[in-house]
Parts: sequence; C-alpha cells; structure tokens
Amino acid sequence: MKFSFLHSRRIPLAWLLLTRQPLRLLVAIAGICFAGILMFMQLGFRDGLFDASVTVHRLFDADLVLVSPRSMSSISMSGFPRRRLVQVMAHKDVIGTTPVNWNFLLWRNPQTLSTRAILALGFEPGSPLLTDPKFSEKAQKLKNSGRVLFDDLSREEFGPVPDWFLEGRTVETEVAGKRVRVAGLVSLGPSFGADGNMITSRETFLRLLPSTPPGSIEIGLIRLNAQADHQKVLRSLSASLPNDVKVLTKEEFIDFEKNYWRTSTSIGFIFTLGAAMGFVVGCVIVYQILYSDVSDHLAEYATLMAMGYRLQTLFGVVAREGIFLAVMGYVPAYLSGQALYALVRSSTKLPVSMDPQRACIVFFLILFMCMASASVAMRRLIDADPADIF
Amino acid sequence: MKLTNNSQNNFSSVQIDGLSHWFGNGLTRKQVLYSVSMTINPGEVVLLTGPSGCGKTTLLTLIGALRRVQKGELSVLGLQLNGSRRTARQILRKNIGMIFQGHNLLRCLTAEQNVQMGADLLKGLSYRKRREHSRNWLIEVGLEDQMDKLPHDLSGGQKQRVAIARALSANPKLLLADEPTSALDSVTGREIVSLLKRLATEQNCSVLMVTHDPRILDVADRLLKMEDGRILPIVE
Ligand SMILES: Nc1ncnc2c1ncn2[C@@H]1O[C@H](COP(=O)(O)OP(=O)(O)O)[C@@H](O)[C@H]1O
Ligand SMILES: [Mg+2]
Repeated sequence: MKFSFLHSRRIPLAWLLLTRQPLRLLVAIAGICFAGILMFMQLGFRDGLFDASVTVHRLFDADLVLVSPRSMSSISMSGFPRRRLVQVMAHKDVIGTTPVNWNFLLWRNPQTLSTRAILALGFEPGSPLLTDPKFSEKAQKLKNSGRVLFDDLSREEFGPVPDWFLEGRTVETEVAGKRVRVAGLVSLGPSFGADGNMITSRETFLRLLPSTPPGSIEIGLIRLNAQADHQKVLRSLSASLPNDVKVLTKEEFIDFEKNYWRTSTSIGFIFTLGAAMGFVVGCVIVYQILYSDVSDHLAEYATLMAMGYRLQTLFGVVAREGIFLAVMGYVPAYLSGQALYALVRSSTKLPVSMDPQRACIVFFLILFMCMASASVAMRRLIDADPADIF
Repeated sequence: MKLTNNSQNNFSSVQIDGLSHWFGNGLTRKQVLYSVSMTINPGEVVLLTGPSGCGKTTLLTLIGALRRVQKGELSVLGLQLNGSRRTARQILRKNIGMIFQGHNLLRCLTAEQNVQMGADLLKGLSYRKRREHSRNWLIEVGLEDQMDKLPHDLSGGQKQRVAIARALSANPKLLLADEPTSALDSVTGREIVSLLKRLATEQNCSVLMVTHDPRILDVADRLLKMEDGRILPIVE
C-alpha cells in the first residue's frame, strides 16, 4: 500500500496551480464560501421553520397519539370522543393515557389590554402531559380553578407576564373574556401556528370555552410500557378503534404537523429556491475561476501533453483543483454558518442549528458545484494543442 | 512496449521516407513539406537549418508525434507514426524529450518541480528516487543553487537549462530542440548547445536540433539544410 503510494506520488500540480495565485484563490474561496453560507442560511431557515412548527408536539409525554382524522394541523384541530382513550386503556401494553384539549383562545395583554390568539392546552393536572420531569409539580397548581401556566417563550405581544411573575406580582388577565391567574411558567416555545402557549386544567379550559362538547378532546396521549413494540400496538389499536380517530406514533404526529406546513404553504419552496440560487451563484463563480485558470495555463497544459502526459491526467488536475476549492470554501462556510445560526437563534428564537445531515448536504452540493464547474472547464483543455507550442 | 526492444538493436532513431504535409484545406490548402526523406541514427546529433518558413518546425512536430502524419513513412524509435493510434503516440512522446524556442516551463512550479514533472513520467521509481534524479539533472546543468526558484526569477539561459534538465530527466531516446538558443545571447547560446550535446551524448540520446545560429553548427555530427519544404542534398 505504502509502496504503491510512493510510486504513484506526483508533484501536487493542482494545489500549486491554485496556491501560486493567492488573490484568485481568495476570490474563489470567498465566492464558494458565500454560496455555502447562502445555502446554509436558506436550508437552515427552512428546517428551522418546520422544526418551529412542532416545538410543542415534541414535548408531549407520549408514545402514540390519537387525533381526529379531520384534523389538518395544529391550527385546525377537530375533536373526537374521549371514550376512545378509555377503549385504548384495554390494550395490555398501554400503561397510561392523557386526554388533551387544544384550541386557540384570545389572551388579553395585561399591560396594553390588547388581545391576541394563544394556544391553550387543557388536561387533567394529575396525569402526565410533558416529558419535562419538573412539569408535574407545576401542574399541581392548576388544580385550583381559573389558574394557567404561561409559556415564558411566548412572543412579547402577550405582555410582560414572565417578568411580572418572577418579580412576585400576581398576574391576572382575561382569556376568552374570563378572568384567569398565572400560576406558573413553563418553557414551550412559539411555533408557526401559535405565537404563545398556555396550559390549564380541562375544567378551566371548558369554562373558558363552554362551546366545547364535554366528552370531546382534540388529542389523546398514549404511553406504552417500555418493552412494547410501538408499531404492533399501533396496528392493533387502529384495527380495534372506530374510524373517528387516527392512531399516530409521536414521530408521525410531528411529521403530520411539519408536513402540513411543507405541503400547504410555499415556505419550503421559497427557501429551497434561495438555496438553489446560492448553488447557481457558486457554480458560476467556480466555473469562472477554473475556466480562466485553464485558459491561462493552456500553453503549460499543452507542454505537459507534448511531454507525454495523458489528457486524462490533465483532466485529473482540473478535477483536483475543483475538490480543493470545494474543501477550502466549505470550511469557512461551515464556520460562518454556525456563527450565523447562533445569531439567528438568539435574535428570533427560531430553533436553527447545524444539523449534521444539512452539513453533509451542503458539503455535497458544494462538491458537486465544483466538480460540475470543473468538468465544464475541462473542455477548454481539449483546445490545448501540443503542436502549437513549438 | 516495442519501443524499448527496438532501441536496443540498431534501428534508426528516426526514419523518414517520402513525408509530405499540408496545412489548411480546400482553396487555402498549402503544402509545406515535399516528400522529405532522412534518417537519424542512435546517438547522432543532427542540426537542421534553413530559412524561416521552410517547414522545419512542422517536420519537428511530426517527428515529435504532435501532429498526424498525412502522407509518407515516418517511424520514430521503431513506431510507425502514419496511421498510429493516439495513445501509442502519447506513450511514444514519453520517450522523446522536447526543448522549445520559449522555455515553456510551468510558471507555478519551482525549477526543481519543473524538472520533476519530467522525471514523474518514469515508471517504477519512488517519489524520493525521482526527486533525487531531478536534483541530479539540475546539478548537471549547473543550477544547484537555483532549485527552489520560480521560472520568473531565473534568467533566460537558466530557464533554458531547466528546460534541458526537464527534457533529459525523463530518460528520452530522442531529443528534439527547436531554436533553443534564439532567445539567448550568443555566448549563453553556445554554452547551452554544448551542454545539450554533451549530456545527450552521455545518455546515448539522438538529437535533432533546428537552428539559424551559424555559430553553433560545429556541434553537429551531421548538418541538414532545408528549403521550401525539401531537404537539400548533402554537400560535404
Ligand atoms: N498551424 C499552421 N497552419 C497553417 N499554416 C501553418 C501552420 N504552421 C505553419 N504554417 C505554415 O507552414 C510553413 C512552414 O512553417 P514552419 O514549419 O513553422 O517553418 P519554420 O519553422 O521553418 O520557420 C509556413 O509558411 C507557415 O506559415
Ligand atoms: Mg520554426
């Protein structure tokens, strides 16, 4: 292995061609880096927005979720009979269920007195709702009627509720025209559909929204014992339940929501288009650089052919230049991407981060960009006629 | 390859018989070589002179397997070039050293790396061996102190020395040089040509050199004159 490497090792011509013109190399790297950052940002925003649509979904303490087949997304949830959860309890692998009411109510900002729609969740304070272990303690406070837990990540338009609460003030306001008191804070995070969230008991929920049929819920959380095969339980529940409910795994529940935003809105398209623009810009820059590089060195390439180098070997030199450019452009793009993600996270509360899968996708896009440009630039090499150099 | 077999026995390095060449096509088609015939024996140093535009460079590029043969017989190091395949010509070129009018060094490589581009064509040698080989050639041409300089920082004569080292480092059996001294002053030109002749003869490498320069004619074993695409009969 080492032996053959020593025999095949050559002067790193591609590297030297690139680095002996530092200014051009810098322009190339800046261009590729720019394209990479554009792709990172656009794809990051896209994924971040989709992730943001399921901030609450992820937090539920559930293995399987019951929803109405008429529910389209978190902003249009339909109810189904609560009895279905009782039927689910009959399955031997089901260890617990939580009925949850889910609707948008008008929250009055206690400071400005303006109202805004907030996502309200109603559940039995005694049963588990969120995976956060500290939550069940806070939930106890909801046992008193008219108490709510306010999401401290809610947008500021809902009023300075967390600040007031932490100062020790009694925060009271109106929800759907009825008086409520903030009994604690939780951290859920705003999503696409909801600018803010609050959690309350089912009893309070029904008081705030008396039109809700008493036996109707919007989602049912199902917890299974640790050994249970989720898919198997899901199949057997689906088979036994009437078709006014749909059984989803928690992942499917999350995907169901993301999918709504992906397919029913043009968000995905807009950001993918943005990333594609970055790709095209990068292609043009790399092509320009490689093409002028090949043109400038055409006589030298012709000399190498006259010396007996194969055309394929010279193609390889250009291809390697492409690979070097891709790597050298990707590294700063990756680092800047990470810095910009941190900036976006801190300023918009959008959950964007350097997902390894996206990091790979952008790398391969950049590599593809460079290789495609290199292979077009190679065609210039065919013009190198070794007979012309004498 | 066949090439190595042939070079061991007493085949001629170059054997040309009735070689004609045209440029352009249709009405602009113009003949530049008229049934040229000549032979170069192994180890021989042949000079080719003649007025500008008489077809010397064309003949050299044909022998160097850089152009397709149109008419006539041309065999170089035992390979018949008329009707030869592209890859066969490319492999043949590894055995032909070429020195151009301009030095044609790679601008982005140091003197040593330029020479190594020639040495890298040698099969079966490790990187270190090839590097050593290139250094030895640079020492041979008297550039041991200039190895790490870029062509940009070398004088014309030094560049041509690097070109000679590069051509010889691939261990060629035939060296083609087209007016290697035209860009140099006469003293340097003389030096370069003597060096070229000495090193090539040591390697038992045949040389065909095109030149206008009357002061260097004496290095030749044989002198060929060309006019209007024809080789003139030799007058001793
Ligand atoms: N690529 C070409 N296309 C057309 N005509 C050419 C080309 N190369 C050379 N010629 C013509 O062929 C003739 C011989 O040229 P050349 O071999 O370069 O002469 P020399 O090297 O003896 O000066 C000249 O008249 C020249 O104009
Ligand atoms: Mg000429």
